[in-house]
Amino acid sequence: MKILTGNDLRSGAVVWWNGSGWSLFVDDAVDAGDASNGEGAEEILAREEAARRVNVPYAIDAAIDAGGHVRPAHIKDRVRALGPTVRRDLAVPTADKTGWDWVI
Amino acid sequence: MYQYDSYDQAMVDARVEEFRDQARRRMEGRLSEDQFKPLRLMNGLYLQLHAYMLRVAIPYGTLNARQMEALADIAEKYDRGYGHFTTRQNIQYNWIKLEDAADALADLAKVEMHAIQTSGNCIRNISADHFAGAAADEVTDPRPYAELLRQWSSFHPEFTYLPRKFKFCVIASAKDRAAMRLHDIGIRIVQNAAGETGAQFYVGGGMGRTPMIAPLVRDFVPIDQLITYAEACLRVYNRYGRRDNKFKARIKILVHELGAAECTRQVEEEFAHLLSVGVEPPREELARIAEYFAPPTFRHPSESWDLEQLQNKAAGDPSLRWDDGFGLWVRRNTHPHRTQGYVSAVISLKPVGGIPGDATADQMRIVAKLAREYSFDELRVMHTQNLLLPHVRIADLPVIWAALDAAGLAAPNMDTIEDIIACPGLDYCSLANARSIPLAQRISERFAQTGRTEVVGELKLKISGCINACGHHHAGHIGILGVDRKGTENYQLSLGGSEAEDVSLAKITGPGFDEDGVIAAVETVTDVYLDARADGERFIDTYRRIGMEPFKEALYG
Amino acid sequence: MVESRDLGTSPDEVQFRFRDDEPVDHGTVTVDSCCDQTNATAVRIEPGDDARLLLPFLDRLALVEVNFPSFTDGRGYSAARILREADYTGELRAVGDVLIDQLSHMRRCGFDSFAPDKRLDEGDAARAFATWDNVYQRATDTRRTIADKRHEA
Repeated sequence: MKILTGNDLRSGAVVWWNGSGWSLFVDDAVDAGDASNGEGAEEILAREEAARRVNVPYAIDAAIDAGGHVRPAHIKDRVRALGPTVRRDLAVPTADKTGWDWVI
Repeated sequence: MYQYDSYDQAMVDARVEEFRDQARRRMEGRLSEDQFKPLRLMNGLYLQLHAYMLRVAIPYGTLNARQMEALADIAEKYDRGYGHFTTRQNIQYNWIKLEDAADALADLAKVEMHAIQTSGNCIRNISADHFAGAAADEVTDPRPYAELLRQWSSFHPEFTYLPRKFKFCVIASAKDRAAMRLHDIGIRIVQNAAGETGAQFYVGGGMGRTPMIAPLVRDFVPIDQLITYAEACLRVYNRYGRRDNKFKARIKILVHELGAAECTRQVEEEFAHLLSVGVEPPREELARIAEYFAPPTFRHPSESWDLEQLQNKAAGDPSLRWDDGFGLWVRRNTHPHRTQGYVSAVISLKPVGGIPGDATADQMRIVAKLAREYSFDELRVMHTQNLLLPHVRIADLPVIWAALDAAGLAAPNMDTIEDIIACPGLDYCSLANARSIPLAQRISERFAQTGRTEVVGELKLKISGCINACGHHHAGHIGILGVDRKGTENYQLSLGGSEAEDVSLAKITGPGFDEDGVIAAVETVTDVYLDARADGERFIDTYRRIGMEPFKEALYG
Repeated sequence: MVESRDLGTSPDEVQFRFRDDEPVDHGTVTVDSCCDQTNATAVRIEPGDDARLLLPFLDRLALVEVNFPSFTDGRGYSAARILREADYTGELRAVGDVLIDQLSHMRRCGFDSFAPDKRLDEGDAARAFATWDNVYQRATDTRRTIADKRHEA
C-alpha cells in the first residue's frame, strides 16, 4: 500500500495521513494509493502542503504486518515512525510494543 | 576568549529578528518551503528525520561557563534535555520546533552565541586546534586568526550562494590536531626565518564522497594579507566551482580537476588583483582581537605539582583513588600544557556503551561549574566529540576527576578504541543509510568488557552512517562506512587513515559486513595488529609497516 | 550572434533603481557578441560567462545585466564586484530569480538596478535594502566596515 508522511510545519513532528488529517501515529496511516474516491495521493499531497497542514510530504510504500500494524517499507521511515533506536525513552508514544522488533 | 562589542551584539540581535520574521512569513504561508529553506539553513535549522534540528555555532570550539549553562537551558526549555557535540566543534539539538526557533536564537544571542551559517552553501564555522592557547608546541594561539576569519565570513555579500558549503580550519603548530589538511581551506600559522608571522594555505581538502588531502597552495602569506588571500580563494571557487552536480561541487573537486598548479595560478592572480583593491581589515583589528586571547594568569609552578608529585601524593592517599581509575584517567585523558604545573583535561563524552558526543543538560552544568572554578572559565569542544578543560592545575585534578566520575564524564579512554567518533547516523539523520551509534556502543562495550582497550592502546576508530562522512571515517585508523544494501544496513571497513600531520586516507578492506560481522571484523583486525606489532607500535604504525594483506587474509580467508 | 530586444530587460521591468541617469533601452547582447562588435553598449552576463572579458569595453558600456537563473547560483555576485573593481560606472542590473533576501547582498556587490522576474513587495524590498546597519567586510560599496569604525581616531 502507499501511505503519506511528512512533518508538521510548526513543530517538525513526523506525521502520517489518516484519511482526513495528519496523525502522529503510523498505525493511523491509510492507504492513499487508491483513487476510487477521485482523489489520488498526488492531489492530497499538493492540497495539504498548500494549506500548510503538513510540510514536505511524500508517499511511501508500506504494508500491514501480521499483528495488524502499519510497517513502512524503508528502514528510514520505520525509524521516523518510532524514534531513535538508541533512545527508546524518546520514542513516539505508540500502542505497538512490538515496534522495536521490526524497526530495523 | 573573544567578547562581543556593541557591533557584534547588534548584528546577532538583528539576525534573530530577521529570522523571526522569516519564520513567521513561512508559517503564514507567504514563503514556500523552497524559498524558506536557504534562509533557515543560514540559521542552522535543518528538517531532519524526527523534527527540526538546530546546529549552534561554537566558534573554533571555545566557550565559557555562562555559555555552556545557556546551552543546558536551551536543551531543557526547547529540546529533550540533551545536546550533541559534533565533529566540527558545534552543538546540535534534535527536537527543536520551528515556532520556538527564534526564541531559542534570542536566548543564545543573550550569551553571545548564534547559529549563523552553520548550514547552507556558505562559509561555515571556523574550526581550530582544541588545545589552542595551551599546547606547548604552538607558534602562537591560532584563535585570533580564526576570529578575524569568522567576522570576515559572516554575511559576506559575495559568498552567500557558493556551489557548496565551505569549511576553514586554523592551527599554529607542526602537529595537526584538527584535521587541518582535510578542510576546504586549512591554514597553519607559522613564523618565517625573519621571525615574521604568516600563513600556510592548504586548499582543496575534504572528506565526503571523494576524500582528498589539501595540497599546499602558498607556503607563506604575510599575516596582514590573510583575509585578502582567503577572499581570492573564495572568489575563484565561487566563479569556477562546479554547480552541475551536488556531489562534485566542493573546492577539492575544482583543485583536482584543474590541478594544484593551475588552481594556485588563478588564486594568485585574483590575490594580486584584490591586493590592489584593498579588502584587508585594518591591522589594528587583529591586535584588538588578539588581546582577548591573552593567556590567563597562571600560578607559579612552585604553587602546583607536576604529574610525578601527583602520583606520589596519590600513592599515600587512598582517598585519591589512584588505582581505582583516577591514575588511568590522568595517564590517558590529560594533555601536556605549555605552563609548568598545568595540563589540559579531556572530559569524555564516550562512556562505554554510551552515545558518542551526547551530553545531558545536567552534565553541561557540571562541566560549566568545573570550568568556572578550575579552568579560568574556559571550555573547548574537540572535533573528536569530547569536551576539554584547557588550563587545569595538576593539583586540582583529583577533585575534578571525582566530579567528572560522579557525572559519568570520566571514561579514561581518550584516543583509544572506546573513544569512537560516530555521526548521528540513521537514528537521527535523514541523509544516513545506516545507523552508526549502535555500532559504537557495541564496539566500546566489547573492548571494555574483554579488557582489550588498554592492550590495544591508541586506535582512532571513526564511523559514518553515509557517504557524506560526517564521522570522518576516511581519516580513521579504522573507518566504518554504513551503506544501504538492498534496503538493509551494511558496513564497509577501511584501514590506515590518519587526520594528524601524517595525514592519510583509509583503504577499504574488501566486501562489506552486516552489523554483527563488522564488529567481529574490528576484533579480527585488532588481533592481527596485536600479533604483528613491534615494540611501541600503534595500530596505525603496524598497518603502515605490514600493509593491508595480513588484515585482508584474516578477514576474508 | 544574438542581438535583439528580446534579450535582456526593458526599463519597465526594472523595479528598483539607484541611479539618476536615464535608463538605457538598447538591445542587450551576449558577452560573446559584445567582444566581436564595436558598437554594443548593453551586455547580458550569464552565470558561466567571464566578466573580465568585458574589461576592454567598459568605457562604452552603459548597461550590464547579470542574470540569476536561480537565486542559488551566486556567480553573478563575483561578476558584479569584478566589474566595479575595474571602475565600471554604468548601470549594473540584477535580473532573473531575484528575491527579497538577496537584495542587500546584491547592492553591496555593486548592483544599482533590479529587474526581478516576479515583482517584489515594495515594503519588504525597502526593509531588505536597509538590512545592514553595519557590515563586517569590505565590498564594492564604500561603507566603512565595523573594523574601520572600531579603529577610527
